[in-house]
Amino acid sequence: MTSIAAFHRSSVGRKLIVAVSGVILILFVIGHLLGNLQIFLGPDWINGYAEHLRDLGPLLWAIRVFLLLTVVVHIYYTIRLAIENRRARPLRYRRKEIVKATLASRTMVMSGLIVLAFIVFHLLQFTFRTTDPRFATLARDPLGHYDVYSMMVLGFSSPLVSGFYILAMFLLALHLSHGSSSFFQSLGLNNQQLTPRLALAGRVFAWLLFFGYSSIPAAVLLGWVKLSAHS
Amino acid sequence: MIGTLDSGIPGGPLPEKWNRHKDNSRLVAPNNRRKFEIIVVGTGLAGGSAAATLGEQGYQVKSFCYQDSPRRAHSIAAQGGINAAKNYPNDGDSVYRLFYDTIKGGDFRSREANVYRLAEVSNNIIDQCVEQGVPFAREYGGLLANRSFGGAQVSRTFYARGQTGQQLLLGAYQALCRQIAAGTVTMFPQTEMLDLVVVDGQSKGIITRDLITGEIVRHAADAVVLATGGYGNVFYLSTNARGCNVTATYRAYKRGALFANPCYTQIHPTCIPVSGDYQSKLTLMSESLRNDGRVWVPKRREDCAKPPNEIPEQDRDYYLERKYPSFGNLAPRDISSRSAKEVCDEGRGVGPGGRGVYLDFKDAIARLGEPTIRERYGNLFDIYEKITGDDAYKQPMRIYPAVHYTMGGLWVDYNLMSNLPGLHILGEANFSDHGANRLGASALMQGLADGYFVLPYTLPNYLAGQMGKRPSVDDPDFERTESEVRTRVKRLLDADGKRSVDSFHRELGLLLWDKCGMARNAAGLKEALARIPALREEFWNNVTVPGYGETYNQSLERAGRVADFLEFGELMCRDALARDESCGGHFREEHQTPDGEALRDDENFANVFAWEFQGESAEPRLHREPLLFESVHLATRSYK
Amino acid sequence: MNFRLKVWRQASREGKGELRPYEVRDISPATSFLEMLDILNEKLTNEGKEPVAFDSDCREGICGTCCLTINGEAHGPAHPAAACQVYMRQFRDGETITIEPFRVRPFPIVKDLVINRSALDRIVQAGGFVSARTGSAPEANSIPVPKQSADLAMEAAACIGCGACAAACPNASAMLFASAKISHLALLPQGQAERQRRVLNMVRQMDAEGFGNCTNTYECEAVCPAEISASFIARMNREYFRASLRERMGA
Ligand SMILES: Cc1cc2nc3c(=O)[nH]c(=O)nc-3n(C[C@H](O)[C@H](O)[C@H](O)COP(=O)(O)OP(=O)(O)OC[C@H]3O[C@@H](n4cnc5c(N)ncnc54)[C@H](O)[C@@H]3O)c2cc1C
Ligand code: HEM
Ligand code: HEM
Ligand code: SF4
Ligand code: F3S
Ligand code: FES
Repeated sequence: MTSIAAFHRSSVGRKLIVAVSGVILILFVIGHLLGNLQIFLGPDWINGYAEHLRDLGPLLWAIRVFLLLTVVVHIYYTIRLAIENRRARPLRYRRKEIVKATLASRTMVMSGLIVLAFIVFHLLQFTFRTTDPRFATLARDPLGHYDVYSMMVLGFSSPLVSGFYILAMFLLALHLSHGSSSFFQSLGLNNQQLTPRLALAGRVFAWLLFFGYSSIPAAVLLGWVKLSAHS
Repeated sequence: MIGTLDSGIPGGPLPEKWNRHKDNSRLVAPNNRRKFEIIVVGTGLAGGSAAATLGEQGYQVKSFCYQDSPRRAHSIAAQGGINAAKNYPNDGDSVYRLFYDTIKGGDFRSREANVYRLAEVSNNIIDQCVEQGVPFAREYGGLLANRSFGGAQVSRTFYARGQTGQQLLLGAYQALCRQIAAGTVTMFPQTEMLDLVVVDGQSKGIITRDLITGEIVRHAADAVVLATGGYGNVFYLSTNARGCNVTATYRAYKRGALFANPCYTQIHPTCIPVSGDYQSKLTLMSESLRNDGRVWVPKRREDCAKPPNEIPEQDRDYYLERKYPSFGNLAPRDISSRSAKEVCDEGRGVGPGGRGVYLDFKDAIARLGEPTIRERYGNLFDIYEKITGDDAYKQPMRIYPAVHYTMGGLWVDYNLMSNLPGLHILGEANFSDHGANRLGASALMQGLADGYFVLPYTLPNYLAGQMGKRPSVDDPDFERTESEVRTRVKRLLDADGKRSVDSFHRELGLLLWDKCGMARNAAGLKEALARIPALREEFWNNVTVPGYGETYNQSLERAGRVADFLEFGELMCRDALARDESCGGHFREEHQTPDGEALRDDENFANVFAWEFQGESAEPRLHREPLLFESVHLATRSYK
Repeated sequence: MNFRLKVWRQASREGKGELRPYEVRDISPATSFLEMLDILNEKLTNEGKEPVAFDSDCREGICGTCCLTINGEAHGPAHPAAACQVYMRQFRDGETITIEPFRVRPFPIVKDLVINRSALDRIVQAGGFVSARTGSAPEANSIPVPKQSADLAMEAAACIGCGACAAACPNASAMLFASAKISHLALLPQGQAERQRRVLNMVRQMDAEGFGNCTNTYECEAVCPAEISASFIARMNREYFRASLRERMGA
C-alpha cells in the first residue's frame, strides 16, 4: 500500500482532508460575504462586482469547478467518517450524559447537510436563476451590467426566502463555531494553551459571518435596501 | 528428602562474587534458545521484565497474568520511587552503602551475596529504564533528579511524579509488547495458574484456568518462572490490589518448593483507616507526610469522640515525640506502626471503630503557610479528601497502619531457583533480598534486578542440561495434576452452603491482623493456629459459590484464592511462633528492649526458616539456612 | 443511604443484555461505588442469585481495570477519577443509578459489566515502545532531557489505559489513548529512532481495530482519570503528517 493510499485510508489522514477542504470553504464564504456586502454601497458597486466576476470567464469556471470539488470532497469524507463512527458503537448507551462536548460539535453532519441544501437552492436562485421568472426579465442597469442588485432585492423581498436564508446562515454559523477552531486541532496546529483561545476566536468568527450574511436579507425585508429608481 | 539447603553462593570476596558467577555460568547457544519453552507467570516488574528479556534472547516464552492486560499488574501502584547507587547527588552513596543499608534495614536477616548483587545491578536498571523512555523526574539541567526516601541518609531514590511503579511497569510492559509482536512471547491474559506440574522431581509445567471461558489447560515447558507477587491479601485488608494472591506460590509449596520466612510482613504506618465493615482495601498515603505532620491521640478516652479541633493542646498526647524524642514523628515504619496500635489498644484511637490516630498539619500550616503545604502535599490531601470527604487543611488527617508488603516467599538459591529444579521465583514472590524488613523504594529495584539482570544470566545454569527433556502434556503427571485441579474446582462449586467467600476472607483477615499482625505473642499465635483449621473446616462445608465452572465466574476465582489463604495463614502463624525472637517486621512482644525496640536473637535465629510441605494432615518440616555475615557485623538499631 | 440501581446484565459476549433493577439499603456515604456493588453482590449471593460481574483490581485509580459507565458518564460523576475512586456521598439518597459497561465495538462484553480491552494492548504492540535491548543501554545521564519535555512526556505517560476516552467519545474513538503513548515517546530523545514507524503503525492498528474517528468534541479529556489533554491528539496528527511526508520522501 503506497503511503498516499495508506494516508487517505487512515482516520488521521481523512481528518486532514476534511480540515483542508473546510478551510477552503471558509475562505470562500469570507470572500463571498465581502462581495455581497457591497450591496450596501448601491447597485453600481455590486453589479459592477458581479460583472467583474463574470468577466473572469474561464478562470471563473475554474474557480467554480474547484469549489464544487471541494464541497464534494468535504461532504464525501465527513459522511464516511460519520458512518464509521456510528459503526464503532453498534449498541448505544441507555443513558448518556454529555460532559463537555458543545452542541455545534455534535451536530456537524446535520448543520452541514442543511447548509448543503441551502447551497443547492441558492445556486438555482442566483446562479441559474430558475426559481424566479422575473430574474430573467430584469433590465440591464444604466451601466449595462446585469442587475444583480435588483435580483437580490426581489429575491429577499419574499419573507419566506429571507427566512430560509437566515436559518441557513444560522446553521452555517453553528457549523463553523466548531469547525473554524476544530480544523486547527485536526491539522495538528494546536497545543494546551491555544485550545481555549482558538475555540473562542472560532465562535466569534462564526457569529460575525452570521450577522454579516443575515444583514442582507434583513435589510431588504426592513426596506433599508430598495429597488433603485431606474428599474 | 531435602538435605542441607545449598544457597549456591559463589566463592571469592563479596564484590567479585556476581561477576565470577556470571563468568562460570553455563550458556545456551543462540540457535538453541528457541528450542526451549519457558513459562513466566506474572507480568509485574519482575515477570514482565523477565519475559521480555528472555524473549529478546530468543527463548519461546509463555507469559501469564490474571488481569485483562499485563500492564495492570500490581507493580503499577507503587508510588514513591526506586533506589539505585548512582550517587548522582554526590552525597557519598556507593554500591557498598546501598548494600549495607539494605542489610541493616532488613535487620540482618538476608543473604549478603544476594543483597550485594542487588546493589550492584541497581545502576543498570536506571540506565535500562531511561533508555525505554521512562520519564523520571529531571532537574533543569536535564539530568536525573533524586530524593531521599524512607529515612535514608543519602538521596538515591529515582521517581516519576507519584507514579514510579506505573512508569517502570509500562517500560517493562512495552518491552513485553515488543516481544509479543516479534512472536517470541505468547501472552495469556486473564489466565490464572492453579497448579504446578512436577515431572520426576523437576518443575516442567503448570495447569491454568482461562478466566473468561473457564477452560482448564495444561502447559508444558522446560522451566517455570513464578513472579506472582506478595501475599499481603491474606489479611483481607491491605494496600495490595484485590486480585493479589498466594495461590501460585502456595501451590508450588504443596508440590515441594520450600516456603521461606512467611511471617515476615511489612506494615505501613500512614494509610487511610478503615471506615466501614465493607471496606475492600486500604489506601497508602506517602510517608513523606510525616515530615511535616504531627501524630497524636487524645490523652483521655472520653475525648476520642470529640471533634479534634475542640481538644485543647494539654489534652493531646503526641506519643511519638514523647517516646522517641530524637526521631519523633519520623520514627521508622515498624516502630510508628506499633505505637499507633498500642494507643488504639488503650482505647484512645479516633474515628470509626477507634482504629485511627491523628496526623496534624496545624502547626506546619501556621509555620510555613498553607500554600507551602499545598505545594508539598496537595495531591495527597486531594486523595485524602476524595476518600474520606474531609479537608485536611482544616482538620487533622486520620491515619492507621496497614499491611503493605511481604518479605517472605518461596525459597531460592543464588540462581533464584527453588529447591525444585527448574522452578525459578522472582520479585516479591521470593524471599531473597529484604530480610525481615524492606527499605522504601527497594522492592521495585529488586523486581527489575531479578527480571532484567539476574535470571537471564542464571537460567542457563539449569537449562543447559535440559535440552529435549520437555515432557508432553499427555504425561501422567499432567493428567494427575489436572484432575486434582478439576476436583478442587468442582468441590468449591458443589459446596452449596450459606456464607459468601468474602465473609470467610474477612474473618481470616481480622484474625491474622489480630494475632499475627504488627505485634505477635506465643499465646495469640497458638490461638490462631487452633482457630484457622476450624475456619477452614467451615469454609469447605458452608461456603457458597454461585455460577458455573465453564464461564466467567469471579466468585469461583476468589473462592480458590481464599481457600489457599486459609491454609497459608496457618503456615504464617506457625513460622511466627517458631521464630522466637523479634526482628524487623516480625515483633514478638516477649522479645523487646525496655523502650519497645525489637530484640533480635542472633545466636539462634540468624538464619532463614524454610518450610517443607509434608501432606495435608502432617505438620510442615522446618529447614534452616544459616546466614553468614562476612562483610558486615551485626548491630542493633536504636532510634531513641 | 438507599439507592435504586439499573444494572446491565449480559450472560456472555453473544448474549443479549438488558438493564435490570436492584436495590441497596443502608449504605454509608463513605462507601466507595465498587464497595456498594460488593454489598449488592454479597446480598445476591446470599439470596442464591448470581452476582453482578464487574472488573477492578487496585481500587485506587492507577491500574485502569475498573470500567463502568455510571449514569451515562464513563467512570461516573467524579472527574477526574476512575470508577473505583467514586464514593456514594457523591449521590443523592434514594437516587436511581444506571450502570452500564463501556460501549465500544472493539471492547466486546465478556459478562455483565466486564469488557475485553485487548485492542488497546494490540495498539501498543504495533509500536508503542522503544527497542532497547536489555543491558545495551548507555549511562542514564549521558543524554540530558530538557525538564520541559520530560515533564510533558510524563503528563502523556500518565495514561492508565482504562479506555474511558473511547467509551465517552461520541465516535468511540481511542485517539486520546493512542496519542498519549505516541506523544510520550515522541517527546523523549530515546523515542526518536522509531518515531516515524511508531506513529504510522499505531494509527494503522488503531483504525484496524475499528475505533471511530475523532471530531474534536473533547469528551475524552473531560472523563480521563489521568487528565490526559486532547492537545496530545493534535500532536499525534502532527506526528502522523510528518511521518507520512518523510515516508513519501523516502526519508
Ligand atoms: C501501594 C503500594 C505502594 C508501593 N510503593 C513502592 C515504592 O514506592 N517503592 C518500591 O520499591 N516498592 C513499592 N511497593 C512494593 C512493590 O510495588 C511490589 O513489591 C512490587 O511491585 C512487586 O512486583 P512483582 O513483579 O513481584 O509482583 P506484582 O507486580 O504484584 O505482579 C504479580 C503478577 O503476577 C500475576 N499473578 C499473580 N497470581 C497469579 C496466578 N495465580 N496466576 C496467574 N498470574 C498471577 C499478576 O497478574 C501480576 O501480573 C509498593 C506496594 C504497594 C502495594
Ligand atoms: C460552506 C460550507 C461548509 C464549510 C465552510 C465547512 C467548514 C468546515 C470546517 C472548517 C470543518 C472543520 C474540519 C475539522 O475540524 O477538521 C468542518 C467539519 C465538518 N463539516 Fe463542514 N463545512 C461546510 C459544509 C459542510 C457540509 C455541506 C457538510 C455536510 C455533511 C459538512 C460536514 C462537516 C462535518 C461532519 C464536519 C466534522 C468533521 C470533523 O470535525 O472532523 N460541512 N466543516
Ligand atoms: C445572504 C447571503 C448570501 C447572498 C446575498 C448571496 C448572494 C449570491 C449571489 C448574488 C450570487 C450570484 C453571483 C453571480 O452569479 O453573479 C451567489 C452565488 C453563490 N453563492 Fe451566495 N450568497 C449568500 C450566501 C452564500 C453562502 C452562505 C454560500 C455558501 C455556503 C454561498 C455560496 C454561493 C455559491 C457557491 C455561489 C456560486 C458562485 C458562482 O456563481 O461562481 N452563498 N451568491
Ligand atoms: S487516555 Fe485517559 S481515558 Fe484514555 S485510556 Fe488513557 S487514562 Fe483512560
Ligand atoms: S471525545 Fe472523541 S471526538 Fe476526539 S476529542 Fe476525544 S476523541
Ligand atoms: S481498579 Fe484500578 S483503576 Fe480502578
